Amino acid sequence: MFVLVVGAGRVGSSVATSALRAGHTVSVLDEDPLSHERLDVELGQSWEEAGGRFTIGTALELDALTESGIEEADVFIASTNGDNTNLVVAQLAHRRFEVPRVIARILDPRRAAWYAEQGLQTICPTQIAIEQLEKAALEPA
Amino acid sequence: MAGLYVIIAGAGKVGWNLARELLERGDEVTVIEQDRRRYLTVEQELEHAVQYGDATELWVLERAGIQRADLVVAVTGDDEDNLLICQVAKEKYLCERIIARCNNPRNLTHFKLLGIQPAVSATDLILRLIEHEVPRYGLVHLLDLPEERLEIIELVVGEGCSAAGKRVADLSLPDGALVISVLRDGSGFVPKADSVVEAGDEVLVVLDPGLEEDITSLFVANGASGSTSG
Repeated sequence: MFVLVVGAGRVGSSVATSALRAGHTVSVLDEDPLSHERLDVELGQSWEEAGGRFTIGTALELDALTESGIEEADVFIASTNGDNTNLVVAQLAHRRFEVPRVIARILDPRRAAWYAEQGLQTICPTQIAIEQLEKAALEPA
Repeated sequence: MAGLYVIIAGAGKVGWNLARELLERGDEVTVIEQDRRRYLTVEQELEHAVQYGDATELWVLERAGIQRADLVVAVTGDDEDNLLICQVAKEKYLCERIIARCNNPRNLTHFKLLGIQPAVSATDLILRLIEHEVPRYGLVHLLDLPEERLEIIELVVGEGCSAAGKRVADLSLPDGALVISVLRDGSGFVPKADSVVEAGDEVLVVLDPGLEEDITSLFVANGASGSTSG
């Protein structure tokens, strides 16, 4: 599969490297060149030598999205550090580029739930943390 | 008409001045500002008409009473925020009227794709004004209706261009273009097939989008056009 990851912070870069190790074609788009170093470190070798693609650019620039290969992408992951950017760029991937599988990381639980109702696949780390904390704190040991 | 209830996201220069004008008109206004210092400044004048919070958060919009808002105007400095505020206003809270500010005109296509209309871009407006005031090759866009695939342009007929001195019927305009008016010596007329176009005339042409280059080459003097690649 062709996996495009927009936003390679801790989450995005881990998902990108594991997808690459699993044999998928992986392209990463991030505005910060530092995220490229994070990929190298996680992989233990150069991202490009390992077969990965990397584009420096902002998520909302159509040129950057095209350059990073969105038109061929089977999976699109929006994992920048901003909910609002993730929500907009995921909708672009879904509606404009018709990527078959689009997943957005959304920290705000209420909006993650509402956009999920609208048909966007969302992952909400905050909701997961809330549930685990509640379990750890309130359930009998 | 009874006053409107308007929610304005963003108390920057645009949002603050807009709030002032609407309050002056007798409308009810709530401005939402997420920067604490800016909020405190604006609050000194607008008092209870400004609330502190991030307008992309649903509870903040609900606290501002979005369920009963007649109009939501998103004018923060961030296009993603403006787009999403208007999107939830329209699709979650069923607010009938929205207006979004688009800071970067390149993002206008995103607003359109997601159905957020109207989206207003000051940069785009100024660009259009520049085009109107300082037209390239004397070409002015009078009307652009991209949805209807129609535009009307005004052109000055250049000295020695291929159209000058010809009858309208002989202009060899491309299909999808029509000269609808000729302005000469301060007055206009609707040309017939045998009306002659003269250098110095201003002509109004209605056309399908995409034909501009072809039209321009007919009305602009040789050598003056064709510099679009530069």
